[in-house]
Amino acid sequence: MRKIHLQSCGNFHERYDQELTIFSTDFGRLWAGIGLLILFTIVPLLASPYMMYVFNMIGIAAIAAIGLNILIGFTGQISLGHGAFFGVGAYAGAIFATALGLPMILSVPAAGLVTAGVGMIFGIPSGRLKGLYLTIATLAGQFIIEYLLIHWESLTKGTMGITLPPADLLGLSVSGDTGFYYIIFIALSGTVWIAINLMRTRCGRAFIAIRDNDRAAEGMGIPIFPYKLLSFGISSFYAGFAGALWSFYMGSITAEPFNLGLSVEYIAMVIIGGMGSISGSIFGAVFITLLNESLRFMTEILMNTGIITQSGLNVAPLREFVFGLAIVLFILIEPRGLAEVWRIIRSSFRLWPFSY
Amino acid sequence: MDFFMQLLIGGLSVGFLYGLSAMGFVMIFKSSSVLNFAHGELLAIGAYFFLALSTWANLSIPLSFLLALGGCFVLGLLVERVFLRPLIGEPLIFVIMLTVGLAAMFKGLILLIWGGNLYTYPDFLPKILEIRWGLIRIPPVYGTTLIIGTLFLTLFGLFFKFSSQGIYMRSVADNQRAALSLGVNVKRVFALSWAIAALVAGMSGMVLGIINGVNVHNLSAIGLKVFPVVILGGLDSIGGAIIGGIIIGLLETFTGGYLSPSLRDVVPYIVLVLILLIKPYGLFGLKEIERV
Repeated sequence: MRKIHLQSCGNFHERYDQELTIFSTDFGRLWAGIGLLILFTIVPLLASPYMMYVFNMIGIAAIAAIGLNILIGFTGQISLGHGAFFGVGAYAGAIFATALGLPMILSVPAAGLVTAGVGMIFGIPSGRLKGLYLTIATLAGQFIIEYLLIHWESLTKGTMGITLPPADLLGLSVSGDTGFYYIIFIALSGTVWIAINLMRTRCGRAFIAIRDNDRAAEGMGIPIFPYKLLSFGISSFYAGFAGALWSFYMGSITAEPFNLGLSVEYIAMVIIGGMGSISGSIFGAVFITLLNESLRFMTEILMNTGIITQSGLNVAPLREFVFGLAIVLFILIEPRGLAEVWRIIRSSFRLWPFSY
Repeated sequence: MDFFMQLLIGGLSVGFLYGLSAMGFVMIFKSSSVLNFAHGELLAIGAYFFLALSTWANLSIPLSFLLALGGCFVLGLLVERVFLRPLIGEPLIFVIMLTVGLAAMFKGLILLIWGGNLYTYPDFLPKILEIRWGLIRIPPVYGTTLIIGTLFLTLFGLFFKFSSQGIYMRSVADNQRAALSLGVNVKRVFALSWAIAALVAGMSGMVLGIINGVNVHNLSAIGLKVFPVVILGGLDSIGGAIIGGIIIGLLETFTGGYLSPSLRDVVPYIVLVLILLIKPYGLFGLKEIERV
């Protein structure tokens, strides 16, 4: 039996791969296992249907946010079109399921691949120009995709939307929040595992080098353009994958939700969670989804108690304001996001009573 | 032919407005190389200031125009001081994200105060400014726009050419470090460029409000249309912004008139992608773009 790794009292790393380990102690490994066990056995038993719905939304948002974080946090490129790419994935999944009759297990990854292709088209300008121009190109992508989703009627059925067939997985029919809960969280675990390990490979290290200093990276022999494009493709794949899951979960889709507001929502998740941290994207997804739900809840209460009598009062402006405020405050006060807050809390416990 | 002329004139005036709106954007980019995603919201804030002063506070039109401009100027100073000053020296990605956040914040705030309805200003422009030429009728707003726009352009041209602050601003735009080492107060230049940009944005917002009515969704959409305009004209060229604006405006109205009205709003972005692929520094931009 191998030696159990416990918290060492200093940094005794001698080889590079020791720095790269995901779990530095066996405690971490144990906690991750326990966490997964709770997630897959106890939570579905205890949670109410509404809670399951919230969990599912968090799971889907987290997959897309991880994708955006690979692009923003690890490669240093901003995308303002993530909401539209999510929409491309949703539509691609729906079209594969209805027109081609593919089962869910094939159409969701296929939708991811289609989205990756679409994303890479808008990533091409990044090959000619530095940073900011990709942001502008993705802004254009957002509007062009939104237009196509509504007006390419032969493919997307325009404003009618598409209704999906009931989902099934290898012959088992998947229905209800609990069924999707398992699928979404298995997918989330898989995508997290891939993303974490991706950042330890040659390719992930190239992304980080490009983010930190693109000139130095090029000087060290990293071909910038292919890697930027690859990062953009992976990020779009995540968005498309999440979008396709979302469309199966919702059962019917229209082009409405995939607007610039959704893109800003994903950016908010990445910033609030913490750029360049996979766990941060999950924190961000939890934060934003709970914020969404609690704002809706609050306005409902205010409406019922009669404090707000305006029947036309919409949650949307308040939500937009709070999102903007959250982005601004996090950038000004804690630019490394919730992941950093969590790290500080954890290390202050670990170092207690000699924390500084 | 009449239809063509109508479209031509419509396109020219819309394009001139786009150019005017883009001017403030270019000013911020030139002095601090920040892409301001909150530009549309600055337009909207100007328009709503004017609305509040002229219809709710019942002030006279010229007074409320000047007060609204002053309000925008102060707002620009405040935004720079509160939100952007702490980020000097931070990676540019944070600054851009911050403007995205500011955009959402301002838009939400405006929607909370005024709602998403369309407001119109009282009709105050004299009829003399209306131009009739055969069947073509140009409403007085466009004449006024042209006058105000040219006035502002000349004023800013003179400001940048001759005033000391304008020369400081140009020096910072040219080389920030060199300007700093020669004793230019770069922080003040940043503050001033945000203030002037907000003022110009507010002015174009008011003019847009006179023409189309005041609605935050429309105005923030125009704020995003600034991107095709400035990329076409060259990101750091104020003259290029005007010409880019006119080209985009013409393209939009002709697409709307001859092809399909729904395509109208997407054409600028298609052009944007093409320009980025073919001639990324735009028509008049500096060609010192790194290919990394």
